[in-house]
Amino acid sequence: MCGLCGILNHADHWTNGLAIDDGSAVARPAADRRLRALVANDILSLFGLKLESWAARYTLKSRTGKMAVVDNLGSLWVEAERLTGHPCDPLDPTVLAKLEASSR
Amino acid sequence: MSERREPIVANLLTGFLGAGKTSLLNRLLSKQSLDDTAVLINEFGAVGLDHLLVESVNDNIVLLKSGCICCTIRADLKEAILTLFDRMHRGDVRPFSRLVIETTGLADPAPILATLSADLMLKYHFRIGNIITVVDVPNGAHNIKIFPESARQIAVADRIIISKSDLADHEAIDGLKSVLKRMNPTAEAIVLDEASDPAETLLLDTIHDLSARPAEVARWIAAETSHGRDHDHSHDLNQHGSIRAFVIEADQAIAWPRFALWLSMLIHRHGRKILRLKGLIDIEGVETPVVVHGVQHIIHRPLHLAAWPDGIRRTRIVVIGESLDRELMQRSFDAFNLNRQVAISA
Repeated sequence: MCGLCGILNHADHWTNGLAIDDGSAVARPAADRRLRALVANDILSLFGLKLESWAARYTLKSRTGKMAVVDNLGSLWVEAERLTGHPCDPLDPTVLAKLEASSR
Repeated sequence: MSERREPIVANLLTGFLGAGKTSLLNRLLSKQSLDDTAVLINEFGAVGLDHLLVESVNDNIVLLKSGCICCTIRADLKEAILTLFDRMHRGDVRPFSRLVIETTGLADPAPILATLSADLMLKYHFRIGNIITVVDVPNGAHNIKIFPESARQIAVADRIIISKSDLADHEAIDGLKSVLKRMNPTAEAIVLDEASDPAETLLLDTIHDLSARPAEVARWIAAETSHGRDHDHSHDLNQHGSIRAFVIEADQAIAWPRFALWLSMLIHRHGRKILRLKGLIDIEGVETPVVVHGVQHIIHRPLHLAAWPDGIRRTRIVVIGESLDRELMQRSFDAFNLNRQVAISA
C-alpha cells in the first residue's frame, strides 16, 4: 500500500480541488463530497462497489456487505482493492471497454 | 495566536555523483539575494565532507547522518527539517525563507518530495519549489545509460544544469542537451562552466510564485508544441530507453471530480512509472486553466493560472513515464473523462 496518497492529510487532499490562492474558491464540502461520490460510483459500479458521503468522509461498500471508511479519493483505491481482492487499474483494457460501451 | 508565516520554499538539488551539485550550491549561496537560504546536505558514507564547502551558510547547515536520503532516513529528513525550523524560531539561526536540500548522487528524489508532501507539519510550514538536477558533460550521457538513478533524476527535474561544459567540446554539449531534451522536454536546460554565474532565479522562480507561474507553464506547453506536433503527429514527444515523454490532450472541458478520480486511480496503480506529470486542465465551469503537477505518487494541490499561455483553451498533460503506453493512457483518459452518462452538475 502506498501511504503517500493522502491518507494522512484527508482534509487537504489534492483531489478536493483548487488551492485557494486567489480567494476565488467557494467552500461547500458536503455538496462536493456528494458530487465526488456520484462520479466515483459511475466507475466503482464496474467493480461492484458503492461510495456514499458519510459525515466528513465516505463509506465504501461491496455487494457482499464488506465495508470500509474512506477519507478521500487518495485512499479510495487502496480500500477498493482490499474489498474486491482485485486491482483497480484504469489502464486495464477490460475496464476501458466497459466504460467505452457505456459512454454517450 | 501568532500570524501564519508564508510557507518556506524547499528546493531540491540533485544530480549524479560528481556532477557538481555542491559547486553550484556554493555559487548560488554567494549571492546576496539568496542570503536567506538554509541548506540541508545529505552525506554519503561515513564522513561528510561536502558541508565544509558550503561556507556562506554555516549556521544553517544540518548534516544528515545516515547514508541514502531516499529510503533509510526519511524520518531523519523530517526531523532535520523541523529541527532547523525550530532553531530558526528560537533565534539560534537567522531567519530563512528558502531551503535547499542537496541529495546524494544516488538518490531518487521522489521519496524526499513525498516526505515533504505527506507529513502534516512539513506540509504546513514548507512547500516544494524547484527540482534542480545537475548533469556534467564529461560523464552525464554515460551515467544516464548505465545508472537508472541518474535517468530518474533527470526525468523529474524542473531545471537541468549542464555542468563542466568547459571540459568538453561543443559536440559533446549538444549531444547531451539533445539526450536531456528527449528525456525531459519540460525542464529548462542551462549550460554552465566553472566560471559561469548561475542565475538566482533557479531558486527564486517557482510554480508557487504568481509572477513566475505563466512562464513556467508556458515552457511545458512549448515542449508539447515544438515536439509532439511538428515531428510525427503522434503526440509522442520523445523516448530515451524506457523513459518516454508524451502528451495527453482533450479539446473539450472536463469535470474536476472525474479527472481527480481518474488521476488518483492512475497514480495508485502506476505512480511508480509516472516520473513526472505537468498539465494544464480545461475544467468545466472554470474559464482559466488549472495547473496540475506531480512526481510519481505525489500530486500537488492544483493551482490557478490567470490565462491560457498560448491563448488555446485545451487540456494538455505532459507525462514523463517509464514503460508507459501513450495510446493506452490517452484511451484511458478519454474513457474516464469524456462523454460519460452520469450528469454531474453541482
